[in-house]
This record gives sequence, C-alpha cells and structure tokens, in this order.
Amino acid sequence: MSDDNRTPNEQGPVDGVSESAYGAWHRRVLEGRAGLFAVATAVAISIGGLAEIVPMFTATDMGVGEDMPITPYTPLEVAGRDLYVREGCYLCHSQMVRPMRAEVLRYGEWSRAWEYRYDRPFLLGSRRLGPDLHRIAGKYPDAWHYEHMRDPRATSPGSIMPAYPWMLDRTVDPRIVTKSLRALQRVGHPYVDVTEENVRGSMQAQGSDIVASLQSAGIESQWDTEIVAMIAYLQRLGRDGKAVLSGIGAEQEEE
Amino acid sequence: MESSASAVMPGTPSTRTNYDDQIVKMFFTATVVWGIVGMLVGVIIALQLAWWPANLGLPWTSFGRLRPLHTNAVIFAFAGNVCFLGIYHSMQRLLKTRMWNDTLSRIHFWGWQAIIVSAALTLPLGLTQSKEYAELIWPIDVAITVVWVVFAVNFFATIAIRKVSHLYVAIWFYMSFVITIAVLHIVNSLAIPVTATLSYPLYSGLTDALVQWWYGHNAVGFFLTTPFLGLMYYYLPRAADRPVYSYRLSIIHFWALVFLYIWAGPHHLLYSALPEWAQTLGMVFSIMLLAPSWGGMLNGLLTLRGAWDRVRTDPILKMMVVAVSFYGMSTFEGPMMSIRAVNGLAHYTNWVIGHVHSGALGWVGMISFAILYWLAPRLWNRELAHPKWVDAHFWLATIGIVIYTVAMWAAGLMEGLQWRAINDLGQLANPSFVDITARLQPFLWLRLLGGTMYLVGVIMMGINFWQTIRGPGKPSETAPATAAA
Ligand code: HEC
Ligand code: HEM
Ligand code: HEM
Repeated sequence: MSDDNRTPNEQGPVDGVSESAYGAWHRRVLEGRAGLFAVATAVAISIGGLAEIVPMFTATDMGVGEDMPITPYTPLEVAGRDLYVREGCYLCHSQMVRPMRAEVLRYGEWSRAWEYRYDRPFLLGSRRLGPDLHRIAGKYPDAWHYEHMRDPRATSPGSIMPAYPWMLDRTVDPRIVTKSLRALQRVGHPYVDVTEENVRGSMQAQGSDIVASLQSAGIESQWDTEIVAMIAYLQRLGRDGKAVLSGIGAEQEEE
Repeated sequence: MESSASAVMPGTPSTRTNYDDQIVKMFFTATVVWGIVGMLVGVIIALQLAWWPANLGLPWTSFGRLRPLHTNAVIFAFAGNVCFLGIYHSMQRLLKTRMWNDTLSRIHFWGWQAIIVSAALTLPLGLTQSKEYAELIWPIDVAITVVWVVFAVNFFATIAIRKVSHLYVAIWFYMSFVITIAVLHIVNSLAIPVTATLSYPLYSGLTDALVQWWYGHNAVGFFLTTPFLGLMYYYLPRAADRPVYSYRLSIIHFWALVFLYIWAGPHHLLYSALPEWAQTLGMVFSIMLLAPSWGGMLNGLLTLRGAWDRVRTDPILKMMVVAVSFYGMSTFEGPMMSIRAVNGLAHYTNWVIGHVHSGALGWVGMISFAILYWLAPRLWNRELAHPKWVDAHFWLATIGIVIYTVAMWAAGLMEGLQWRAINDLGQLANPSFVDITARLQPFLWLRLLGGTMYLVGVIMMGINFWQTIRGPGKPSETAPATAAA
C-alpha cells in the first residue's frame, strides 16, 4: 500500500514536476477555480457545435430544397420504415449514394439533401455490409423482396444478410401508425385528416396492391403483414428523388 | 487497508481512511462483468458476418439487433464503468476528500447498471432510435439524463469541498467528460414521443444527421478519449512511479483538444449532401486534432522515460505503453481518414471498423486493463491470484488487436478498391456486390480469431480477479506494485 493514497500534490510521482510550473499564471487563473474552469470548458465545447448546427436550422439556401416535390411517406411506408429501424437494416445498408462515378454506375443518381426532408430519424448509415438502398425503389418486383426477406440466399446466393422470416406472419397495427403520423404532423410533416379510419384505409389500399402483385407471382399474403409494409417502404426509397432528377435533369438541378 | 497504508505514509491517515472505496469496488465488478458480456457479443456478431447461420433465424439474435447491443455494452457499460471507477477512486485522492454524498454515488451506480440492463433487454427486442451510440429509447434517455445529473452534482460538490486548492490535470479531463456528455446527450436525444417505446427526432434529414454525428464523434471524443486521458494522467505516473513529463504540455493539449474535437463531426458525412462548408470545417478541424492528440500521447510516453527497464518486465506498464501507442496510432489514422479523398475510399468499409477497434481495443481496452490490474490488489488488499496470467493477457490482447486491425485494413482496402474499380469500357469491374463480399470472408474469419483472443484475455482477467477476491488470496505484506509483476 505504499503509494496508494499519495496525491499528486504531495511530492509524489504524478506531479513531481517542478513546483515552478505550478506557480505559473495558469494555476492562479484557472486551476484553483473549478466553477470558472467548468464554464470555460462549456464555452470551448459550445463554439464548434453552435457554429455548425445553428446554420443548418436557419439558412434556407442550403439545397434543402423547400420547393422540391417530395411527398411524405404514406402510412404503410411509415410502418415499413419503423421496421427498417427495428431490424437494424441501416447497420448494413447505407442510404447515401456519393457523387462518384462508380457509385452512380452501381446505384444510380447521387443523393441530394432535399430527398431526406421527411426522414425522421435520418438513415444514411455509415457502413456498407450490403449495397446502398437509396435508389432501391423499382429495382426489383415485390415478389423478389418477399423471397429475399424470407431467405436472402434464395434470390442472392452467397449473401450474408440475415433472413427475416418472422416478418411474413407478424402484423403492423394501424393504431400505432396513426399515433406516428400525429407525432410527425406535429413536427411539420404535411399530413391531413389523420384519423385511425383514414390511416387504416390508406394502409389497406396500398397493402392490397402489393398483395395483388405478390399473388400474381404465386405468393399469398395479407395487407397488414410486416413484410408488405417493408416492401412498401423499399419500393418507395429514393423514388421521388429519382423522378425529380430525371425530370429536370441533373445538371439543371445542380445549377 | 488503513493499517498497512498509514504505516508507510506520512501525512493524514484520518482523511485517507475516509475514502469511499466501496463504490470503486462496485464499479470495478460491473466493469469486468459488462466487459466480458459486451466483447462476447462482439465475437458473436463477428461470427455472424463470417458465417450467416449464426444469426439463428430468430429476431432477437439477428445482426441488426445485436450490433447495437455490442456497441452500447462496450462503450457505456464497459468503458463507462471504467471511467466511473477511475474517477471515484482517483478524484477522492486528488482532492483529498471523500465523495460529497455516498447516497448519490449509490444512486449513480445502481441507476447506471439499471440503464445497462434495460439496454440489454430493449435492444434485442428491436426497440431503438437507430442513431449510433444513441440507440436507446426515449424513457431510457430520460433515465440517463437523471442519473448523469446525480453524478454531476456529486462530482462538482466533491470538487467544492476539496481539501487542496489545486486541480490536477486528471480532474480537468473528468470535468470535460461530465459537462460535454450531458450537453451532447440532451441535444441529440430531443425527440417527440409516439408510444412508450417509439419516438421521432425533432430534427429531420441531414440536420438530424449532422446533430447525430456531432454527437457521435464527440461520444468518441468525450467518452472514449478525454476521461481516459484523465485516467492516464493519474494511473500511468502512479504505476510508473514517475512524474508527468510536462505539466505545461498537458494544459495546452487539454484546451486544444476540448476546443477542436467538437468541430470534427462532419468527417462522418464527407461526400454526403451536407453543405460543402460544413464538410470542409469537419475535415480541417479533424486534421488539426492530430496535434493535441499527439500532445497527450507524447506526454504519456515521455512520462515513462527512465522507467523503460520496468516497462520490459511489468505487464501493467506494458499495457499502458501499448494503450498510449494505439491512441497515437488511431489519432493519426483518424485525421488521415478525414481527408476527403482518403475518406472516399475508407468510408463504408471495414477500414473504419479497423480504425474503431484500434482505438477501442488498443487504447480504451488496454488502458482499462492496466488500471484494473493496478487497482485490484490495492482495493482488496490482496495479491493477484495469478500474477503470470497478466502477462499472458497482455500478449493475447496485443496479438489479438494486431490480427483484428490488420485483417480489417486489408478487407477495407480491398472492398473500397473493388467497389470503385471501373474497366476499360467504363463499366463497373465488379458489378456483383456479393462477389466482393465473398472475397472478404477470409479476413472476417481472421478478425474473429483476433477478437476471440482478445476476449479470452478478458475472461482470464475476470477469473483472476474472481479468485483474487473470493479465493484463498492472502493479505499482501509487500508493496503490491510487485504483485502483478
Ligand atoms: C448483415 C448485414 C445485413 C443486414 C442486417 C441486412 N442486409 Fe440487406 N443485404 C445485405 C447484403 C450482403 C446484401 C447483398 C446480397 C443480397 O442481395 O442479399 C443485401 C441486399 C439487400 C437488398 C437488395 C439490394 C440490391 O440492390 O440488390 C435489399 C432490398 C435489402 N438487402 C434489404 C434489407 C432490409 C430491408 C434489411 C432489414 C430488415 C436488411 N437488408 C438487413 C446485408 C444485410
Ligand atoms: C472482443 C472484442 C471485440 C470484437 C470481436 C468486436 C467485434 C465487432 C464487430 C464484428 C463489429 C461490427 C463491424 C461491422 O459492422 O462490420 C463491431 C463494431 C463496433 N465495435 Fe466492436 N468488437 C470488440 C470489442 C470492442 C470494444 C472493446 C469496443 C469499445 C470500447 C468496441 C466498439 C465498437 C464500435 C464503436 C463499433 C461500431 C463501429 C462503427 O459503427 O463503425 N468493440 N465490433
Ligand atoms: C484525432 C482523432 C480522430 C479522428 C480525426 C478520427 C476520425 C475518424 C474518421 C474520419 C472516421 C470515419 C468516418 C466514416 O467515414 O464513416 C472515424 C470513425 C470512427 N472513429 Fe475515429 N478518429 C479519431 C480518433 C478516434 C479514437 C481515439 C477512437 C476510439 C477510441 C475513434 C473511434 C471511432 C469510431 C467508433 C468510428 C466509427 C463511427 C461510425 O461510423 O459508427 N476515433 N473516425
């Protein structure tokens, strides 16, 4: 126990440094005054944060594109997006195509800021254990996604993606989706007439279309299953952006 | 412990016996337990990436749900508890006072463990907010805020009642940890609740991304770096029995680090649609961050000058040297990866995973093990049950880290280059994504090997401590510095 309780302020090794260093200005100014020190630290860390974050809220000319025709996710897509979050798909899949030649060749148009306007939470991802999904809409038929989620090896031999068989049976609850839409409405997503009835109706309509397309490929499913919501979301991802970008031409949009 | 301590030390035995070491022991135990759990989950997800059937086809064991469990367990449970045990142990001694309020210390301890347990229950259920290192659902976020405030009150009140006027450099680093994590956590967690387990963030799209990576990078900076630098400034000189190399350097690099770190977040969003100026700021400040980071590394390494003969024989010092070296390595690699062109290659790849773990296994892990080994004999007043195992742990960990990071660098470079390769016809040279993934498999198995070695070391450490505390360990009669040698 020889040195257990020695503090650096004794002649111990920690501050065996010359006492003269201690007598210097900094000791008098800051190191004896914990309160001042704490405030100085808080100020030091605030400057960088404020300088970067505040302009993101206030400035309008940052390409956030208020005028771009991006529509909020439909109720079924909101449900699918929440499933995407629940299963941690974003840990293997990015949703951000970078402006590089190879990326555009592989995935399509690079991602613009305004495309993410209704993304709460953002799902850009930081890892590509699987391909980017920002332009997945329309790449495959619904039935492909169904088979792929059931067993990725069925459509993509050699895939390391986990299977999600439980999504085939579990259902989504329009009541919760209604609550979700109400919350999103409060933070500015332009939904109107958010009632449980309307939400259920919308989900059923969109889900039934997907069920029909699955049926034509010989797959039986229900409009309120998780897999249908997941497919709705995937078939939506990047669709608006793609439409806008092909409509106005990438060069034009870049100015 | 008082009897043997006061026999040797002149000074004020009455103050010394008053330190609350019970709370240190509690955090110590939690650290070891969560360390094993968190790294075991790390090994499991490493296996899942090499061999997909390990996902087991069950919702709660699939990769997307276990990966956040790994990161939360190693960062907030393992690294977090290390910080707390080191802070409670060293600050009482540095300030020559017992913690201000023992009840608050206990609330902090049990509150934090309850948060970890609820994380371990909710994450596998898929209850998550998806923001990396801030996944926990909003009720847990509220609990974190409350527990953190309890900790902060106790921390600052203890500083207020200190018996020495001077605040040693370690205390500054602890302070920056307490303040900054509070700010980061609250700003990044602002969300609008939907149900008890679901919420949406106040920010959307790229603003949400910027806030998240401002948080994410500084979680690295102020959870895995500054508190550990504080610990280094206390325990490294202590273990080496040498004074800190330069006190002045520690002041300069502290302020530079604290100021610069906050700006660097956008290096996680390079080439995204984030405004150009924000990306450039992130890159420039990241590169500048090299200087204060290396200030800390040099101060640590140079503190060992004149003690190098002991470094060769004392596994605790060896661990500290490796830790500080990996700190220097990863804070060199990080700024390089922040250069846009380099990030264009590294981003999204296993290279980032290599960088993460050279910092996490090399710096955070190694310095933690060194502190734990140094403290155990002192806290429990016994000799380590298996002194030789410490050296074995050192080698398992060191070789494990090297295998892990080298495998990840190789895999990262390979996939980065193959993703972008374009042939003479202007087409993708490797159009199939899965084919590229398949070529990485050998490296993923190697990583699993390295990670498993690292885990085995940690388990050996756990057994060693268990037998030290519970087993037939005898009260030490000699100075414990030799106990671990
Ligand atoms: C362990 C990482 C991992 C996780 C987790 C994961 N995926 Fe995948 N995913 C992959 C890999 C690898 C591929 C490429 C091979 C393939 O098609 O299966 C892929 C491919 C895909 C594709 C086809 C992309 C294309 O362009 O061909 C879609 C769609 C997809 N995943 C959706 C999902 C969804 C939805 C989830 C969450 C429920 C998910 N993935 C979770 C690894 C993952
Ligand atoms: C036994 C040792 C460990 C093993 C085998 C291991 C394994 C893994 C694996 C497989 C991943 C996912 C990689 C991917 O997405 O491709 C991961 C991620 C991560 N691990 Fe570990 N890990 C270990 C220890 C640690 C420790 C001790 C820490 C921190 C103190 C840590 C921090 C992280 C972090 C922060 C990530 C997320 C990285 C990112 O998102 O870029 N790990 N780990
Ligand atoms: C000067 C210091 C450092 C700088 C400038 C830096 C820079 C970077 C960069 C550029 C990335 C890659 C981002 C991407 O492309 O996705 C990154 C990722 C990361 N770094 Fe560092 N790094 C530094 C030190 C450290 C240290 C010491 C640690 C660990 C203790 C660490 C932990 C991480 C983690 C966990 C990630 C992964 C984040 C994620 O994507 O989830 N870094 N860092």
